[in-house]
Amino acid sequence: MDLEALTEKSGEWLRGTGPESDIVVSSRIRLARNLAQYPFISRCDDTTKTEIETLLKAKMDEVAAGRRLQYLDVDDLETLDRQFLVERQLISREHADSTGSRGVGISDEETLSVMINEEDHIRIQVLRSGLSLDECWSEINSFDDALEEEVTYAFSEKLGYLTACPTNVGTGIRVSVMLHLPALVMTKEIQKVFQALHKISLAVRGLYGEGSQAVGDFYQISNQVTLGKSEDQLIQTLKDVVPNIVDYERRVRTALVKENRQSLHDTVARAYGILRNAQTISSEETMHLLSSVRMGINLGLIDNLEIPEVNELFIQTQPAHLQKLRKSELGSAERNSARASFLRRRLSGGGSGEEN
Amino acid sequence: MKKCQQCSKPATLHITEIREGEVQALHLCESCAQEYWHSELESSETEDASNSPFPMSMVEDELEELDSLSCPNCGISFKQFRAQGRLGCPHDYVAFEAELLPLLENIHGDTAQHCGKAPKRAPDASQRQYRLIRLRNDLRSAVDMENYEEAAQIRDEISELEQELGEITDTTE
Repeated sequence: MDLEALTEKSGEWLRGTGPESDIVVSSRIRLARNLAQYPFISRCDDTTKTEIETLLKAKMDEVAAGRRLQYLDVDDLETLDRQFLVERQLISREHADSTGSRGVGISDEETLSVMINEEDHIRIQVLRSGLSLDECWSEINSFDDALEEEVTYAFSEKLGYLTACPTNVGTGIRVSVMLHLPALVMTKEIQKVFQALHKISLAVRGLYGEGSQAVGDFYQISNQVTLGKSEDQLIQTLKDVVPNIVDYERRVRTALVKENRQSLHDTVARAYGILRNAQTISSEETMHLLSSVRMGINLGLIDNLEIPEVNELFIQTQPAHLQKLRKSELGSAERNSARASFLRRRLSGGGSGEEN
Repeated sequence: MKKCQQCSKPATLHITEIREGEVQALHLCESCAQEYWHSELESSETEDASNSPFPMSMVEDELEELDSLSCPNCGISFKQFRAQGRLGCPHDYVAFEAELLPLLENIHGDTAQHCGKAPKRAPDASQRQYRLIRLRNDLRSAVDMENYEEAAQIRDEISELEQELGEITDTTE
């Protein structure tokens, strides 16, 4: 797979289309599966891991018939390339940082990715723009069905799909929706949302999953329970809850505009101003300011910029993306100045970010 | 602070039990409480009523035994699992069944029974079993949502399946 070609695109999940995509950035479903005949990863020596990888890689090619799944040997990749895949949400941070035989198969449109030898032997993921959980489920379910015809999954009648960690046992499913909630964060109403979600056993995480911070006002909401409920029920819970949060965010945005349009407009305009003029800027500050700009576009306070463009900037200003676009490895200070100059070019009047 | 009634450590868990109409209060420290749950589970499994929940002389030994309990398939001990939070192989769910149950109930709620998708290769009967479990679940939520039309449909489907499966219903409800 040509990673360089990917840098130019923003990736499926940041396409900025799909239902409710002003607030719902993306929908994601992942399934954890293990082969019945091998121990879980923590008890596998290197030979066994290689054996599993070889087996699954071959099976994946058969299953993928009709669609192309490009396989990347993660163990072989440069650190920068691994980081790049993490930023695009195609592999987990754990998968990037671990050791031994492991890899990932990625579909052309980047909607489907299959990690091999992560925490479980197989982690299938489908990622789509906007609120589209049904589409995610039908895609991942049919891939899982096809793979299951080729291999024997570890499964028990009582406990369902058996996983390395008991938190995933049963359906092995994690259904998550990524939301952009700047107004709820600004007004601190977000705390109420957290509490309500906690009560119904839904987890809230930052942009890059477990343990990551909520940068740029992005929050991932996902199921915690995986056993005792069906996939449909777990998906339905999210489908019931998300529109309420979306409404809440919209109401608070409207109230902010109504009560204090000038101050809100000022915040958005200043954010835009810094992004267009800064000489050096960190990834964190960029995310924070882009978040304001993104909301500003949705509220009609900025009119010469579109959501997909901002989404693209969110990903292309991440450290590994930036370095790949620059085609050189940069230290932290150099990155901050490269990031600022990239943003200036991109925001100065619809340029493509290429050197003029 | 109350002391554990089994040893002299401070009691951190206070349990009120109602057995055959009689209220019994228990004050236990962390490790005795764990032992208590463990023996409760075992006694309810074997339905051996004469088995006292506290074979006191064995507490220490059994705790050690619990930790040294290991899976005959992959060799991981329960202690190792507790330290790393990851199991060693699929058989661990059988080897540590009793030990994992409280943990599973804690994470997923008290219905430790899968009712989602199953591999298509699973035997036909168990497929239908799953379907039944799932339909009952659906029925419950349909009734909760006052979706009576849907509930009626699900009920019909359930009775059809039950007929197909014969007497099997006794074991699942």
